[in-house]
Amino acid sequence: MGALVNLNNSPYYVHLDFFKMSAANLVVIGLMLVVFALAVYLRAPGAKRARRPK
Amino acid sequence: MSSWTVKLREFGMRKLPPEQLLPDSQPAYMTSAVYLFGALTIGSLVVLLLSGTILALKGPTWWHVQGLGHFFNSIHLWAVELFFFFMVCHLWGKYWMAAWRGGRARVWMSGVVCFLVAIPCAFTGYLSQQNFDSQWIATQGKDGLNSLGVGAFFNPLNFGQMYSYHVFLLPLAVVTLVGGHILLVRRHGIVPPIPLSEGDSARPA
Amino acid sequence: MRPARLTNAQLNDAARTYSGPYRHYDIVKEVIVCSGIVTLLAVVLTIVFSSPDLPPSTIKSWSRSLPADFVTTALSELDGSSATAGYGPPYNHNGSGQHIAFIYLQKWLGVSHPVNTAQDYVIQPLRSVPDQPRLQAAVTSYITASAGTQAGWTAAYTKALAKATASGTALAVPPGSYGPVGTMMTALLADAQTGGLDGDLLTSRQFYQTDFTKALLFMADGSALDDRAQAQHLLGTQWGMMNETGSYPGQVWLWLYTFWYQISPFTSSPNADALVAVIMGVLSLGLIIVPFLPGVRDLPRWIPIYRLIWRDWYAGTGGSPPGEPDGSAPPAPAAPG
Repeated sequence: MGALVNLNNSPYYVHLDFFKMSAANLVVIGLMLVVFALAVYLRAPGAKRARRPK
Repeated sequence: MSSWTVKLREFGMRKLPPEQLLPDSQPAYMTSAVYLFGALTIGSLVVLLLSGTILALKGPTWWHVQGLGHFFNSIHLWAVELFFFFMVCHLWGKYWMAAWRGGRARVWMSGVVCFLVAIPCAFTGYLSQQNFDSQWIATQGKDGLNSLGVGAFFNPLNFGQMYSYHVFLLPLAVVTLVGGHILLVRRHGIVPPIPLSEGDSARPA
Repeated sequence: MRPARLTNAQLNDAARTYSGPYRHYDIVKEVIVCSGIVTLLAVVLTIVFSSPDLPPSTIKSWSRSLPADFVTTALSELDGSSATAGYGPPYNHNGSGQHIAFIYLQKWLGVSHPVNTAQDYVIQPLRSVPDQPRLQAAVTSYITASAGTQAGWTAAYTKALAKATASGTALAVPPGSYGPVGTMMTALLADAQTGGLDGDLLTSRQFYQTDFTKALLFMADGSALDDRAQAQHLLGTQWGMMNETGSYPGQVWLWLYTFWYQISPFTSSPNADALVAVIMGVLSLGLIIVPFLPGVRDLPRWIPIYRLIWRDWYAGTGGSPPGEPDGSAPPAPAAPG
Protein backbone atom coordinates (compact mmCIF):
# COMPACT_ATOMS: atom_id res chain seq x y z
CA MET A 1 0.00 0.00 0.00
CA GLY A 2 1.37 3.42 -0.88
CA ALA A 3 3.07 5.39 1.84
CA LEU A 4 3.90 9.09 1.81
CA VAL A 5 7.45 8.31 2.88
CA ASN A 6 9.08 5.16 1.56
CA LEU A 7 11.01 3.37 4.29
CA ASN A 8 11.59 0.25 2.20
CA ASN A 9 15.10 1.31 1.32
CA SER A 10 18.60 0.66 2.54
CA PRO A 11 18.71 1.94 6.10
CA TYR A 12 21.19 4.43 7.51
CA TYR A 13 23.29 3.15 10.41
CA VAL A 14 25.31 4.68 13.23
CA HIS A 15 28.49 2.63 13.63
CA LEU A 16 30.90 3.15 16.54
CA ASP A 17 33.29 0.30 17.30
CA PHE A 18 31.00 -2.67 17.98
CA PHE A 19 27.94 -0.47 18.51
CA LYS A 20 25.76 -0.47 15.42
CA MET A 21 22.21 0.83 15.48
CA SER A 22 19.79 1.81 12.76
CA ALA A 23 18.79 5.45 12.50
CA ALA A 24 15.14 4.43 12.91
CA ASN A 25 15.78 2.72 16.23
CA LEU A 26 17.94 5.60 17.45
CA VAL A 27 15.13 8.01 16.58
CA VAL A 28 12.69 5.91 18.64
CA ILE A 29 15.04 5.81 21.64
CA GLY A 30 15.78 9.51 21.31
CA LEU A 31 12.06 10.30 21.11
CA MET A 32 11.42 8.24 24.24
CA LEU A 33 13.98 10.25 26.17
CA VAL A 34 12.62 13.55 24.85
CA VAL A 35 8.99 12.61 25.53
CA PHE A 36 9.87 11.41 29.04
CA ALA A 37 11.79 14.59 29.81
CA LEU A 38 8.89 16.69 28.51
CA ALA A 39 6.42 14.72 30.60
CA VAL A 40 8.52 15.31 33.73
CA TYR A 41 8.49 19.02 32.98
CA LEU A 42 4.85 19.40 31.92
CA ARG A 43 1.63 19.16 33.90
CA ALA A 44 -1.18 16.77 32.98
CA PRO A 45 -4.14 18.44 31.24
CA GLY A 46 -6.51 19.91 33.80
CA ALA A 47 -3.98 19.73 36.63
CA LYS A 48 -3.35 22.90 38.57
CA ARG A 49 -0.55 23.59 41.02
CA ALA A 50 -1.25 21.32 44.06
CA ARG A 51 -2.82 23.33 46.84
CA ARG A 52 -1.25 23.54 50.27
CA PRO A 53 -3.19 21.16 52.56
CA LYS A 54 -5.24 22.74 55.38
CA MET B 1 -25.53 -22.77 53.95
CA SER B 2 -23.52 -19.64 53.02
CA SER B 3 -23.59 -18.53 49.41
CA TRP B 4 -20.35 -18.61 47.37
CA THR B 5 -21.76 -15.78 45.30
CA VAL B 6 -22.32 -13.61 48.37
CA LYS B 7 -18.87 -14.50 49.72
CA LEU B 8 -17.22 -13.57 46.41
CA ARG B 9 -19.20 -10.34 46.18
CA GLU B 10 -18.39 -9.36 49.75
CA PHE B 11 -14.73 -10.20 49.19
CA GLY B 12 -14.66 -7.97 46.10
CA MET B 13 -16.48 -5.14 47.85
CA ARG B 14 -14.11 -5.36 50.81
CA LYS B 15 -10.94 -5.35 48.72
CA LEU B 16 -12.07 -2.86 46.11
CA PRO B 17 -15.28 -0.90 46.77
CA PRO B 18 -16.80 0.69 43.63
CA GLU B 19 -15.73 4.22 44.56
CA GLN B 20 -12.18 2.96 44.82
CA LEU B 21 -12.38 0.88 41.63
CA LEU B 22 -13.70 3.83 39.63
CA PRO B 23 -12.87 6.94 41.62
CA ASP B 24 -13.76 10.43 40.44
CA SER B 25 -10.90 12.04 42.30
CA GLN B 26 -7.17 11.51 42.71
CA PRO B 27 -4.64 12.84 45.23
CA ALA B 28 -3.71 16.46 44.65
CA TYR B 29 -0.07 15.55 44.00
CA MET B 30 -1.08 13.87 40.75
CA THR B 31 -0.27 16.81 38.48
CA SER B 32 2.64 15.67 36.33
CA ALA B 33 2.19 14.55 32.73
CA VAL B 34 4.26 11.47 33.67
CA TYR B 35 1.04 10.03 35.10
CA LEU B 36 -0.39 9.80 31.57
CA PHE B 37 2.00 7.08 30.40
CA GLY B 38 0.03 4.28 32.06
CA ALA B 39 -3.20 5.31 30.36
CA LEU B 40 -1.38 5.76 27.04
CA THR B 41 -0.04 2.21 27.39
CA ILE B 42 -3.58 0.93 28.03
CA GLY B 43 -4.76 2.97 25.03
CA SER B 44 -2.09 1.31 22.87
CA LEU B 45 -3.22 -2.11 24.09
CA VAL B 46 -6.81 -1.22 23.14
CA VAL B 47 -5.70 -0.27 19.61
CA LEU B 48 -3.68 -3.48 19.39
CA LEU B 49 -6.66 -5.60 20.43
CA LEU B 50 -9.05 -3.85 18.03
CA SER B 51 -6.71 -3.89 15.01
CA GLY B 52 -5.66 -7.43 15.87
CA THR B 53 -9.30 -8.52 15.97
CA ILE B 54 -9.89 -7.10 12.50
CA LEU B 55 -6.79 -8.88 11.17
CA ALA B 56 -7.90 -12.14 12.82
CA LEU B 57 -11.39 -11.84 11.30
CA LYS B 58 -9.91 -11.87 7.79
CA GLY B 59 -7.13 -14.40 8.38
CA PRO B 60 -3.34 -14.21 8.16
CA THR B 61 -3.09 -13.83 4.38
CA TRP B 62 -5.44 -10.86 3.98
CA TRP B 63 -2.90 -8.12 4.53
CA HIS B 64 -0.64 -9.42 1.78
CA VAL B 65 -3.30 -9.26 -0.91
CA GLN B 66 -5.61 -6.37 0.03
CA GLY B 67 -4.71 -2.72 0.54
CA LEU B 68 -7.22 -2.41 3.39
CA GLY B 69 -5.61 -5.41 5.05
CA HIS B 70 -2.19 -3.82 4.74
CA PHE B 71 -3.64 -0.64 6.27
CA PHE B 72 -4.84 -2.49 9.38
CA ASN B 73 -1.59 -4.45 9.56
CA SER B 74 0.31 -1.15 9.56
CA ILE B 75 -1.90 0.19 12.35
CA HIS B 76 -1.24 -2.98 14.33
CA LEU B 77 2.54 -2.73 13.78
CA TRP B 78 2.74 0.97 14.76
CA ALA B 79 0.53 0.29 17.77
CA VAL B 80 3.14 -2.25 18.89
CA GLU B 81 5.85 0.40 18.68
CA LEU B 82 3.63 2.86 20.58
CA PHE B 83 2.73 0.21 23.19
CA PHE B 84 6.35 -0.47 24.06
CA PHE B 85 7.23 3.23 23.74
CA PHE B 86 4.66 4.31 26.33
CA MET B 87 5.17 1.23 28.52
CA VAL B 88 8.90 1.91 28.86
CA CYS B 89 8.24 5.59 29.61
CA HIS B 90 5.69 4.41 32.22
CA LEU B 91 8.32 2.05 33.69
CA TRP B 92 10.91 4.87 33.82
CA GLY B 93 8.40 7.17 35.54
CA LYS B 94 7.42 4.59 38.12
CA TYR B 95 11.05 3.72 38.81
CA TRP B 96 12.14 7.32 39.43
CA MET B 97 9.09 7.78 41.65
CA ALA B 98 10.02 4.61 43.56
CA ALA B 99 6.40 3.65 43.08
CA TRP B 100 6.78 0.35 44.95
CA ARG B 101 6.77 2.16 48.31
CA GLY B 102 4.05 1.73 50.88
CA GLY B 103 3.15 -1.91 50.23
CA ARG B 104 3.03 -1.47 46.44
CA ALA B 105 5.74 -4.03 45.60
CA ARG B 106 3.15 -6.26 43.89
CA VAL B 107 2.08 -3.37 41.71
CA TRP B 108 5.66 -2.94 40.45
CA MET B 109 6.22 -6.67 40.09
CA SER B 110 3.00 -7.28 38.17
CA GLY B 111 3.86 -4.38 35.88
CA VAL B 112 7.27 -5.85 35.04
CA VAL B 113 5.66 -9.24 34.39
CA CYS B 114 3.25 -7.52 31.96
CA PHE B 115 6.29 -6.15 30.12
CA LEU B 116 8.05 -9.51 30.07
CA VAL B 117 4.96 -11.36 28.75
CA ALA B 118 4.35 -8.69 26.13
CA ILE B 119 7.75 -9.46 24.60
CA PRO B 120 6.93 -13.05 23.51
CA CYS B 121 3.50 -11.80 22.45
CA ALA B 122 5.24 -9.38 20.08
CA PHE B 123 7.72 -12.11 19.07
CA THR B 124 4.91 -14.45 17.99
CA GLY B 125 3.35 -11.55 16.12
CA TYR B 126 6.50 -11.02 14.10
CA LEU B 127 6.52 -14.78 13.43
CA SER B 128 2.93 -14.63 12.14
CA GLN B 129 3.65 -12.16 9.35
CA GLN B 130 4.26 -14.89 6.74
CA ASN B 131 6.92 -12.84 4.93
CA PHE B 132 10.73 -12.77 4.78
CA ASP B 133 10.99 -11.04 8.15
CA SER B 134 9.11 -13.87 9.84
CA GLN B 135 11.27 -16.47 8.08
CA TRP B 136 14.43 -14.80 9.36
CA ILE B 137 13.16 -14.22 12.88
CA ALA B 138 11.99 -17.85 13.09
CA THR B 139 15.26 -19.37 11.89
CA GLN B 140 17.30 -17.13 14.19
CA GLY B 141 15.01 -17.17 17.21
CA LYS B 142 14.89 -20.96 17.22
CA ASP B 143 18.51 -21.15 18.43
CA GLY B 144 17.89 -19.17 21.60
CA LEU B 145 14.79 -21.21 22.41
CA ASN B 146 16.35 -24.56 21.50
CA SER B 147 19.43 -23.83 23.64
CA LEU B 148 17.25 -24.04 26.77
CA GLY B 149 15.10 -26.90 25.51
CA VAL B 150 12.08 -24.63 24.98
CA GLY B 151 12.08 -25.56 21.28
CA ALA B 152 10.89 -29.03 22.26
CA PHE B 153 7.39 -27.65 22.88
CA PHE B 154 7.41 -24.13 21.39
CA ASN B 155 8.52 -24.21 17.76
CA PRO B 156 8.98 -20.79 16.10
CA LEU B 157 9.14 -22.52 12.72
CA ASN B 158 5.61 -23.83 13.17
CA PHE B 159 3.43 -21.04 11.83
CA GLY B 160 0.19 -22.58 13.08
CA GLN B 161 1.42 -22.84 16.64
CA MET B 162 2.89 -19.33 16.65
CA TYR B 163 -0.28 -17.85 15.17
CA SER B 164 -2.38 -19.56 17.86
CA TYR B 165 -0.13 -18.21 20.59
CA HIS B 166 -0.24 -14.74 19.10
CA VAL B 167 -3.95 -14.44 18.36
CA PHE B 168 -5.28 -16.05 21.53
CA LEU B 169 -3.00 -17.41 24.25
CA LEU B 170 -0.56 -14.55 24.76
CA PRO B 171 -3.07 -11.69 24.34
CA LEU B 172 -5.19 -13.47 26.96
CA ALA B 173 -2.16 -13.58 29.24
CA VAL B 174 -1.30 -9.93 28.62
CA VAL B 175 -4.86 -8.70 29.16
CA THR B 176 -5.22 -10.78 32.34
CA LEU B 177 -1.92 -9.49 33.73
CA VAL B 178 -2.66 -5.87 32.78
CA GLY B 179 -6.10 -6.20 34.35
CA GLY B 180 -4.58 -7.54 37.55
CA HIS B 181 -1.99 -4.78 37.54
CA ILE B 182 -4.69 -2.10 37.19
CA LEU B 183 -6.76 -3.64 40.00
CA LEU B 184 -3.69 -3.56 42.25
CA VAL B 185 -3.12 0.11 41.37
CA ARG B 186 -6.71 0.90 42.26
CA ARG B 187 -6.48 -1.12 45.47
CA HIS B 188 -3.35 0.63 46.76
CA GLY B 189 -3.80 4.03 45.18
CA ILE B 190 -1.04 5.95 43.44
CA VAL B 191 2.08 6.31 45.55
CA PRO B 192 2.51 9.55 47.56
CA PRO B 193 5.56 11.73 46.88
CA ILE B 194 8.87 10.85 48.49
CA PRO B 195 9.21 13.07 51.58
CA LEU B 196 12.01 15.58 51.28
CA SER B 197 14.67 15.03 53.95
CA GLU B 198 16.75 17.41 56.05
CA GLY B 199 19.01 19.47 53.82
CA ASP B 200 16.74 19.19 50.78
CA SER B 201 15.11 22.35 49.46
CA ALA B 202 11.47 22.39 48.42
CA ARG B 203 12.48 23.76 45.04
CA PRO B 204 14.26 21.41 42.67
CA ALA B 205 17.87 22.40 41.95
CA MET C 1 11.52 20.96 60.44
CA ARG C 2 12.02 18.14 57.99
CA PRO C 3 12.86 14.63 59.18
CA ALA C 4 16.38 13.29 58.82
CA ARG C 5 16.94 11.03 55.83
CA LEU C 6 14.38 8.26 56.14
CA THR C 7 15.25 4.59 56.10
CA ASN C 8 13.67 2.32 53.53
CA ALA C 9 11.24 0.99 56.14
CA GLN C 10 10.26 4.53 57.15
CA LEU C 11 9.75 5.48 53.51
CA ASN C 12 7.43 2.52 53.08
CA ASP C 13 5.44 3.37 56.21
CA ALA C 14 5.09 6.99 55.15
CA ALA C 15 3.69 5.91 51.78
CA ARG C 16 1.05 3.49 53.03
CA THR C 17 -1.67 6.05 53.55
CA TYR C 18 -2.57 9.51 52.29
CA SER C 19 -4.82 11.90 54.08
CA GLY C 20 -4.21 15.05 52.10
CA PRO C 21 -6.37 16.88 49.55
CA TYR C 22 -7.83 15.31 46.41
CA ARG C 23 -8.71 16.80 43.05
CA HIS C 24 -11.34 15.96 40.52
CA TYR C 25 -10.21 13.29 38.06
CA ASP C 26 -12.15 11.48 35.32
CA ILE C 27 -10.41 8.14 34.99
CA VAL C 28 -12.69 6.70 32.30
CA LYS C 29 -12.35 9.83 30.18
CA GLU C 30 -8.57 9.61 30.56
CA VAL C 31 -8.42 6.06 29.18
CA ILE C 32 -10.80 6.83 26.32
CA VAL C 33 -8.97 10.01 25.36
CA CYS C 34 -5.62 8.21 25.52
CA SER C 35 -6.99 5.42 23.32
CA GLY C 36 -8.09 8.09 20.88
CA ILE C 37 -4.65 9.71 20.93
CA VAL C 38 -2.91 6.40 20.24
CA THR C 39 -5.40 5.58 17.47
CA LEU C 40 -4.67 8.94 15.86
CA LEU C 41 -0.91 8.42 16.17
CA ALA C 42 -1.13 4.92 14.70
CA VAL C 43 -3.27 6.10 11.77
CA VAL C 44 -0.93 9.01 11.02
CA LEU C 45 2.13 6.76 11.16
CA THR C 46 0.34 4.27 8.90
CA ILE C 47 -0.55 6.89 6.32
CA VAL C 48 2.95 8.38 6.35
CA PHE C 49 5.08 5.22 6.58
CA SER C 50 2.86 2.15 6.01
CA SER C 51 4.60 -1.12 6.99
CA PRO C 52 7.16 -3.44 5.40
CA ASP C 53 6.22 -6.67 3.67
CA LEU C 54 9.17 -8.29 1.94
CA PRO C 55 7.91 -11.43 0.18
CA PRO C 56 9.17 -14.70 1.63
CA SER C 57 11.93 -16.76 0.08
CA THR C 58 10.91 -20.14 -1.28
CA ILE C 59 12.98 -23.16 -2.15
CA LYS C 60 11.91 -22.50 -5.73
CA SER C 61 13.23 -18.91 -5.69
CA TRP C 62 16.40 -19.97 -3.86
CA SER C 63 17.22 -22.79 -6.29
CA ARG C 64 16.57 -20.54 -9.31
CA SER C 65 18.62 -17.55 -8.11
CA LEU C 66 21.45 -19.47 -6.38
CA PRO C 67 21.58 -22.94 -8.00
CA ALA C 68 25.16 -23.64 -6.88
CA ASP C 69 24.35 -22.74 -3.29
CA PHE C 70 21.20 -24.87 -3.40
CA VAL C 71 23.02 -27.96 -4.66
CA THR C 72 25.89 -27.44 -2.19
CA THR C 73 23.38 -27.26 0.65
CA ALA C 74 21.44 -30.30 -0.61
CA LEU C 75 24.68 -32.26 -0.77
CA SER C 76 25.51 -31.29 2.83
CA GLU C 77 22.07 -32.53 3.87
CA LEU C 78 22.74 -35.82 2.08
CA ASP C 79 26.16 -36.41 3.63
CA GLY C 80 25.14 -35.14 7.07
CA SER C 81 27.51 -32.18 7.22
CA SER C 82 24.86 -29.43 7.27
CA ALA C 83 24.05 -27.35 10.36
CA THR C 84 20.65 -29.04 10.69
CA ALA C 85 22.15 -32.51 10.32
CA GLY C 86 24.49 -31.91 13.25
CA TYR C 87 22.15 -29.67 15.27
CA GLY C 88 21.00 -32.18 17.87
CA PRO C 89 17.68 -31.86 19.73
CA PRO C 90 14.91 -31.03 18.99
CA TYR C 91 15.65 -32.25 15.41
CA ASN C 92 17.98 -35.23 15.83
CA HIS C 93 20.48 -36.94 18.12
CA ASN C 94 23.56 -35.97 16.08
CA GLY C 95 24.70 -33.36 18.59
CA SER C 96 24.22 -32.61 22.28
CA GLY C 97 23.25 -28.98 21.73
CA GLN C 98 24.13 -26.10 24.01
CA HIS C 99 24.67 -26.35 27.72
CA ILE C 100 25.57 -24.35 30.80
CA ALA C 101 28.03 -26.26 32.99
CA PHE C 102 26.43 -29.68 33.56
CA ILE C 103 22.94 -28.55 32.58
CA TYR C 104 22.04 -29.84 29.10
CA LEU C 105 18.44 -28.69 28.81
CA GLN C 106 18.49 -28.84 25.02
CA LYS C 107 19.55 -32.49 25.16
CA TRP C 108 17.34 -33.45 28.11
CA LEU C 109 14.13 -32.11 26.53
CA GLY C 110 14.75 -34.49 23.64
CA VAL C 111 13.95 -34.79 19.93
CA SER C 112 10.39 -33.53 19.50
CA HIS C 113 10.57 -32.67 15.80
CA PRO C 114 12.65 -35.33 14.07
CA VAL C 115 14.46 -34.30 10.89
CA ASN C 116 16.56 -36.82 8.98
CA THR C 117 18.27 -34.49 6.52
CA ALA C 118 19.33 -37.12 3.97
CA GLN C 119 15.89 -38.74 3.88
CA ASP C 120 13.74 -35.62 4.24
CA TYR C 121 15.59 -33.29 1.89
CA VAL C 122 16.97 -35.61 -0.79
CA ILE C 123 15.90 -39.29 -0.77
CA GLN C 124 12.14 -38.96 -0.13
CA PRO C 125 11.60 -36.00 -2.50
CA LEU C 126 13.47 -37.85 -5.27
CA ARG C 127 11.48 -41.02 -4.56
CA SER C 128 8.28 -39.07 -5.20
CA VAL C 129 9.35 -38.00 -8.72
CA PRO C 130 7.29 -40.16 -11.15
CA ASP C 131 8.30 -41.75 -14.45
CA GLN C 132 12.05 -41.44 -13.98
CA PRO C 133 13.43 -45.00 -13.87
CA ARG C 134 17.05 -43.84 -14.28
CA LEU C 135 16.67 -41.48 -11.33
CA GLN C 136 15.07 -44.18 -9.17
CA ALA C 137 17.88 -46.56 -10.07
CA ALA C 138 20.42 -43.89 -9.07
CA VAL C 139 18.71 -43.37 -5.72
CA THR C 140 18.61 -47.11 -5.09
CA SER C 141 22.26 -47.35 -6.02
CA TYR C 142 23.13 -44.65 -3.52
CA ILE C 143 21.04 -46.10 -0.69
CA THR C 144 22.46 -49.59 -1.07
CA ALA C 145 26.12 -48.46 -1.28
CA SER C 146 28.36 -48.62 1.77
CA ALA C 147 28.87 -45.55 3.93
CA GLY C 148 32.44 -45.23 2.71
CA THR C 149 31.40 -45.32 -0.93
CA GLN C 150 28.69 -42.76 -0.33
CA ALA C 151 31.19 -40.46 1.41
CA GLY C 152 33.58 -40.77 -1.51
CA TRP C 153 30.91 -39.80 -4.03
CA THR C 154 29.65 -36.81 -2.04
CA ALA C 155 33.19 -35.58 -1.31
CA ALA C 156 34.09 -35.70 -5.00
CA TYR C 157 30.91 -33.85 -5.97
CA THR C 158 31.50 -31.22 -3.28
CA LYS C 159 34.96 -30.54 -4.78
CA ALA C 160 33.49 -30.32 -8.25
CA LEU C 161 30.82 -27.87 -7.11
CA ALA C 162 33.54 -25.39 -6.21
CA LYS C 163 34.34 -25.25 -9.96
CA ALA C 164 30.73 -25.33 -11.16
CA THR C 165 29.40 -22.47 -13.27
CA ALA C 166 25.89 -21.11 -13.01
CA SER C 167 24.14 -19.67 -16.03
CA GLY C 168 20.76 -18.34 -15.10
CA THR C 169 18.99 -21.21 -13.38
CA ALA C 170 21.24 -23.85 -14.93
CA LEU C 171 24.26 -25.32 -13.19
CA ALA C 172 27.18 -26.86 -15.08
CA VAL C 173 29.31 -29.20 -12.95
CA PRO C 174 32.63 -30.46 -14.42
CA PRO C 175 32.40 -34.13 -15.35
CA GLY C 176 33.87 -36.65 -12.90
CA SER C 177 33.30 -39.84 -10.92
CA TYR C 178 30.45 -39.05 -8.60
CA GLY C 179 28.49 -42.29 -8.83
CA PRO C 180 24.74 -41.64 -8.73
CA VAL C 181 25.13 -38.34 -6.84
CA GLY C 182 25.37 -36.24 -10.03
CA THR C 183 22.07 -37.63 -11.36
CA MET C 184 20.41 -37.18 -7.97
CA MET C 185 21.50 -33.56 -7.54
CA THR C 186 20.51 -32.62 -11.11
CA ALA C 187 17.04 -34.08 -10.57
CA LEU C 188 16.67 -32.45 -7.14
CA LEU C 189 17.61 -29.05 -8.58
CA ALA C 190 15.03 -29.44 -11.35
CA ASP C 191 12.37 -30.49 -8.82
CA ALA C 192 13.18 -27.51 -6.60
CA GLN C 193 13.13 -25.05 -9.49
CA THR C 194 9.60 -26.09 -10.45
CA GLY C 195 8.33 -25.66 -6.88
CA GLY C 196 7.90 -29.38 -6.27
CA LEU C 197 10.26 -29.44 -3.28
CA ASP C 198 8.39 -26.65 -1.48
CA GLY C 199 5.24 -28.75 -1.61
CA ASP C 200 7.04 -32.00 -0.70
CA LEU C 201 8.57 -30.53 2.44
CA LEU C 202 5.28 -29.05 3.61
CA THR C 203 2.81 -31.86 2.96
CA SER C 204 5.10 -34.82 3.57
CA ARG C 205 2.91 -36.16 6.38
CA GLN C 206 -0.61 -34.80 5.82
CA PHE C 207 -2.57 -32.53 3.50
CA TYR C 208 -3.35 -29.71 5.93
CA GLN C 209 -0.13 -28.31 7.29
CA THR C 210 1.00 -25.18 9.04
CA ASP C 211 4.42 -26.43 10.12
CA PHE C 212 7.20 -25.01 7.95
CA THR C 213 10.06 -26.45 10.04
CA LYS C 214 11.61 -28.63 7.36
CA ALA C 215 11.50 -26.04 4.59
CA LEU C 216 12.84 -23.26 6.82
CA LEU C 217 15.67 -25.37 8.25
CA PHE C 218 16.69 -26.34 4.71
CA MET C 219 16.76 -22.72 3.53
CA ALA C 220 18.57 -21.61 6.68
CA ASP C 221 21.35 -24.13 5.94
CA GLY C 222 22.05 -22.31 2.68
CA SER C 223 22.78 -18.69 1.84
CA ALA C 224 19.40 -17.51 0.55
CA LEU C 225 18.08 -16.20 3.85
CA ASP C 226 21.51 -15.05 5.05
CA ASP C 227 22.17 -12.95 1.94
CA ARG C 228 18.81 -11.20 2.19
CA ALA C 229 19.25 -10.69 5.93
CA GLN C 230 22.67 -9.12 5.47
CA ALA C 231 21.26 -6.71 2.91
CA GLN C 232 18.53 -5.76 5.41
CA HIS C 233 20.96 -5.50 8.35
CA LEU C 234 19.32 -8.31 10.25
CA LEU C 235 22.42 -10.38 11.03
CA GLY C 236 23.46 -10.90 14.64
CA THR C 237 26.70 -9.00 14.02
CA GLN C 238 24.60 -6.11 12.75
CA TRP C 239 22.51 -5.98 15.98
CA GLY C 240 19.87 -7.49 13.75
CA MET C 241 17.63 -8.78 16.54
CA MET C 242 16.29 -5.28 17.15
CA ASN C 243 16.08 -4.28 13.48
CA GLU C 244 13.26 -4.33 10.95
CA THR C 245 13.59 -4.65 7.20
CA GLY C 246 14.15 -1.40 5.34
CA SER C 247 14.39 1.77 7.44
CA TYR C 248 11.53 0.91 9.80
CA PRO C 249 12.05 0.84 13.57
CA GLY C 250 12.23 -2.69 14.88
CA GLN C 251 12.01 -4.45 18.22
CA VAL C 252 13.92 -1.75 20.06
CA TRP C 253 13.15 -3.37 23.42
CA LEU C 254 15.50 -6.23 22.50
CA TRP C 255 18.55 -3.93 22.63
CA LEU C 256 20.02 -5.54 25.74
CA TYR C 257 19.36 -9.06 24.48
CA THR C 258 21.29 -8.44 21.27
CA PHE C 259 24.01 -6.42 23.05
CA TRP C 260 25.49 -9.50 24.71
CA TYR C 261 26.11 -11.15 21.33
CA GLN C 262 28.42 -8.27 20.37
CA ILE C 263 30.95 -8.76 23.18
CA SER C 264 33.32 -11.44 24.30
CA PRO C 265 32.95 -14.27 25.23
CA PHE C 266 29.55 -14.51 23.57
CA THR C 267 30.88 -13.61 20.12
CA SER C 268 32.68 -16.97 19.88
CA SER C 269 31.12 -19.24 22.50
CA PRO C 270 29.34 -22.36 21.18
CA ASN C 271 26.88 -21.94 24.08
CA ALA C 272 26.26 -18.24 23.48
CA ASP C 273 22.48 -18.60 23.04
CA ALA C 274 22.06 -20.46 26.32
CA LEU C 275 24.35 -18.09 28.21
CA VAL C 276 22.64 -14.96 26.90
CA ALA C 277 19.20 -16.40 27.62
CA VAL C 278 20.18 -17.17 31.21
CA ILE C 279 21.74 -13.74 31.72
CA MET C 280 18.58 -12.06 30.44
CA GLY C 281 16.50 -14.33 32.65
CA VAL C 282 18.50 -13.29 35.70
CA LEU C 283 18.28 -9.60 34.78
CA SER C 284 14.53 -9.92 34.18
CA LEU C 285 14.13 -11.48 37.60
CA GLY C 286 16.20 -8.63 38.99
CA LEU C 287 13.86 -6.12 37.38
CA ILE C 288 10.86 -7.85 38.95
CA ILE C 289 12.36 -7.73 42.45
CA VAL C 290 13.70 -4.16 42.30
CA PRO C 291 11.66 -3.17 45.42
CA PHE C 292 13.74 -5.63 47.44
CA LEU C 293 17.20 -4.83 46.03
CA PRO C 294 19.19 -2.42 48.22
CA GLY C 295 20.97 0.15 46.11
CA VAL C 296 18.78 -0.34 43.05
CA ARG C 297 15.66 0.66 45.02
CA ASP C 298 17.54 3.62 46.51
CA LEU C 299 18.74 5.11 43.22
CA PRO C 300 15.57 7.21 42.74
CA ARG C 301 16.42 9.02 45.98
CA TRP C 302 20.04 9.55 45.03
CA ILE C 303 19.14 10.89 41.57
CA PRO C 304 16.09 12.94 42.57
CA ILE C 305 14.09 13.16 39.35
CA TYR C 306 11.09 12.83 41.69
CA ARG C 307 11.68 16.39 42.82
CA LEU C 308 10.90 17.55 39.29
CA ILE C 309 7.87 15.29 38.97
CA TRP C 310 6.34 16.46 42.28
CA ARG C 311 7.75 19.99 42.30
CA ASP C 312 4.29 21.57 42.53
CA TRP C 313 3.46 19.46 45.55
CA TYR C 314 6.73 20.25 47.31
CA ALA C 315 6.32 23.99 46.64
CA GLY C 316 2.86 23.82 48.16
CA THR C 317 3.69 21.69 51.20
CA GLY C 318 7.30 22.74 51.86
CA GLY C 319 8.39 19.16 51.26
CA SER C 320 6.81 17.49 54.33
CA PRO C 321 4.92 14.20 54.06
CA PRO C 322 1.36 14.67 52.74
CA GLY C 323 -1.00 16.06 55.35
CA GLU C 324 1.83 17.01 57.74
CA PRO C 325 2.95 20.55 56.94
CA ASP C 326 4.65 20.93 60.30
CA GLY C 327 6.26 17.46 60.37
CA SER C 328 4.10 16.26 63.29
CA ALA C 329 2.81 12.68 63.69
CA PRO C 330 0.63 11.51 60.82
CA PRO C 331 -3.16 11.65 61.23
CA ALA C 332 -5.29 8.49 61.34
CA PRO C 333 -4.99 6.45 58.13
CA ALA C 334 -7.59 7.11 55.46
CA ALA C 335 -8.56 4.83 52.59
CA PRO C 336 -6.46 5.48 49.48
CA GLY C 337 -8.25 7.22 46.61
